[in-house]
This record gives sequence, C-alpha cells and structure tokens, in this order.
Amino acid sequence: MAKELFFIIIGSIFVNNFVFSRFLGNCPFLGVSNKTETAIGMGIATTFVLTMTAVAAYFIQNYVLAPFGLEPFLQIVSFILVIASLVQLVEMVILKVSPALYNAFGIFLPLITTNCIVMAVALLIPMNNYNLIKSIALGLGAGLGFTLALALMSGIREDLEFADVPEALRGPAIVFITAGLLSLIFLGFTGLVPLA
Amino acid sequence: MQLFKDFINGIWNENPIFRMVIGICSALAVTTAANNGIAMGMALTFVLTCSSILISLLRNIIPAKVRIPCYIIVVATFTTVVDLFMKAYFPSLYEVMGIFIPLIVVNCIVLARAEAFASKVGPVRATADALGMGLGYTWAITLISMIRELMGAGTLFGYHIMGEGFTPWTIMIMPPGAFIVMGILVGLMNMITRKPVE
Repeated sequence: MAKELFFIIIGSIFVNNFVFSRFLGNCPFLGVSNKTETAIGMGIATTFVLTMTAVAAYFIQNYVLAPFGLEPFLQIVSFILVIASLVQLVEMVILKVSPALYNAFGIFLPLITTNCIVMAVALLIPMNNYNLIKSIALGLGAGLGFTLALALMSGIREDLEFADVPEALRGPAIVFITAGLLSLIFLGFTGLVPLA
Repeated sequence: MQLFKDFINGIWNENPIFRMVIGICSALAVTTAANNGIAMGMALTFVLTCSSILISLLRNIIPAKVRIPCYIIVVATFTTVVDLFMKAYFPSLYEVMGIFIPLIVVNCIVLARAEAFASKVGPVRATADALGMGLGYTWAITLISMIRELMGAGTLFGYHIMGEGFTPWTIMIMPPGAFIVMGILVGLMNMITRKPVE
C-alpha cells in the first residue's frame, strides 16, 4: 500500500508530470509563469484545491453518482459544479481566517476553477478506481508536479527576459519551445516507477 | 457584412490557438494523428456553437452575479452530449482522446467566448462568432497534428506518405514534439502577421 502511494505521488510529479507529459493546466502554466514568486503562490493554491477536490470527487463518485446510477450523464456537470463551489468556499474561508494569506494568493483562486488539472484529477479517480487514500495521493502529486513545472518555467523565463530572442519568437512562442526542452528532460524519468 | 467579420475574426485575426494562445491543452495532447485533430476540432466546435447560441438567448435572463456558474452548466450539458455521442459511435477515437473530451468543459475558449461575446450580442452574431472560432481552432490543431503525424510516423490520415527509407522522428509524437511544433508555429504566425515597422 505504502509502495503504491509512493508510486502514485512520484509518478505524477516526475514520470507523468501533469504539465509536461499529460498537457494539462497549460493555460495557467503560460499565464502565471512570469515571476517565480507568483508562480509558487499559484502552485501552492492549486495543490491545496487539488487535494480537496480529490476527496470531494471520491465521495461524490462513490456515494452519490455510482449508487444512484447517475454516473454516465451527470458526472461532468456535478464535478464541475463541485469544483467551482469548492474554490469559492476555499476563497471565503481564507478571506475570513487569514487576510494576509488571501492577499498572497487570493487572486489565483478564481482562476483555478478552469484549470484542467483539477477537472482531470476528478475524472481520473473513478477511471482508475482509486480508494480515498490513493485519491488524496493523486491530488497531492498532481499539485506538486504542477508547482514544480511552474517554478522551473518561471525561473527560466526570468532569465529569458534578458536574452536576445528572435523577434518573431518573443512571447508565448519561446515559452513553448522552452517547455518542449523541459518536457524532453522529464522524459528521462520514464521507467523510474513501474506503470500502474 | 458584420456577420462575415465576426466569422473571419476567429479564423484568422483572433485565432484561439495561434493568436490568443488559449485552450491549448487539448491542442497539444490529442494532436498525435491528423484524424484526432479533426475529431477534436469538430467536438469543440459543436460545444462552442451550441453553448454560444443558448447563452446568447438567455443573456437577459441570467443574473450578472451568477453568470459564470450558469455558463459552466450550459457548457457542461453540451460536453456531456458530445462525450456520450463519441463513446457510442466512435469508441476507438474516444479511447485515444481519453479524458480530453470531458475536459472541453474547462476549455478556456468556450468560457472566454461566452463571457466576451455571446453574452453581449444576439444569437445570430453569436453563432457566426462561435463557428469562426471553432473553425479557427479546428484548422490550427489539424495543422499541428498533420505536421506531427507526418514527421513522427511518416503517415498522413493513416496513409503512408514518406518513402521506405524514412526513419520516423518518434520524438514528434511524444510530448516534447508537441510543445516544439506549437512554439515554431506560433512564431511563424507572428512573422506572417507582423505589421511592418514604420
């Protein structure tokens, strides 16, 4: 069990990194990887929401959708609604509990609803028949992998600002090419853990 | 004339993939073969057009404060329709695209057009805009997938194009290839549309 959890977490951080090899969460990845500070704030906020979504998705799938046979046609609608309200709830709680924390990453929270990593994790849980603990591990691993990708990219982009990039490639184009090289590096982790 | 302008806008000037650079997750993930690109483009165009029409019709009824959740429900409904349809009629394509069909619901293009355009104009203009954006998305990802399939497998729509001696660049159908092709195409697009400096 512990071994499997380890595989899930390491697998989703390195081997199947959600950004570099599963192509999820690319919009925020391009949008907020300008500065390391904001990138890490976004990463932490997303990890938090992802872990909570994993728990919520597990309970909804196994205690509401599956027993009542609603799975085929209500899964997408109910997951997206739960994610949207969860994000709203987290935002409200953080605002009440710690305004300082809210100032630090409150602005990222509304963006997380449309981050496809969150929806993907919710959908992957019933697809792989994960139990509660494995679901949490998947959410946590996905979040950490996303944070790692953002932190790496923002570090490179801060230096890229001073580089002499050909004019046509400035902006998103060079970011894609850099992401391609990073993705090539992450291919090196293939085989680190056995495939689930 | 206005309708034509709305339609062309998405195909070229504000092409969602190459100009706005939104909704790229699916554009990178499913573009390993040209067929997948076309299928994904059609699925997205359907969801985008149907939800734009419905949102445009409901624009005076939906309260401004809860508009985003309302849009999401509309989009999720049509995504479910596509999801079930593909699962029933194109099981092999559905298998390849995996979770990217249900993920249309969080595709930024659909929500962005609902918020920026469909919620402000009548259903006819909203349809023109949605069709243009959908077609713009479709040609963009079909181009990406054709390049990746040709170089990565030596085929195009499943037919062998490259000669016998061609060694496929396997990297092109792997994740890094997607990012690099995308980067180069966005760069080319910048070069073509760059306004001459005065």
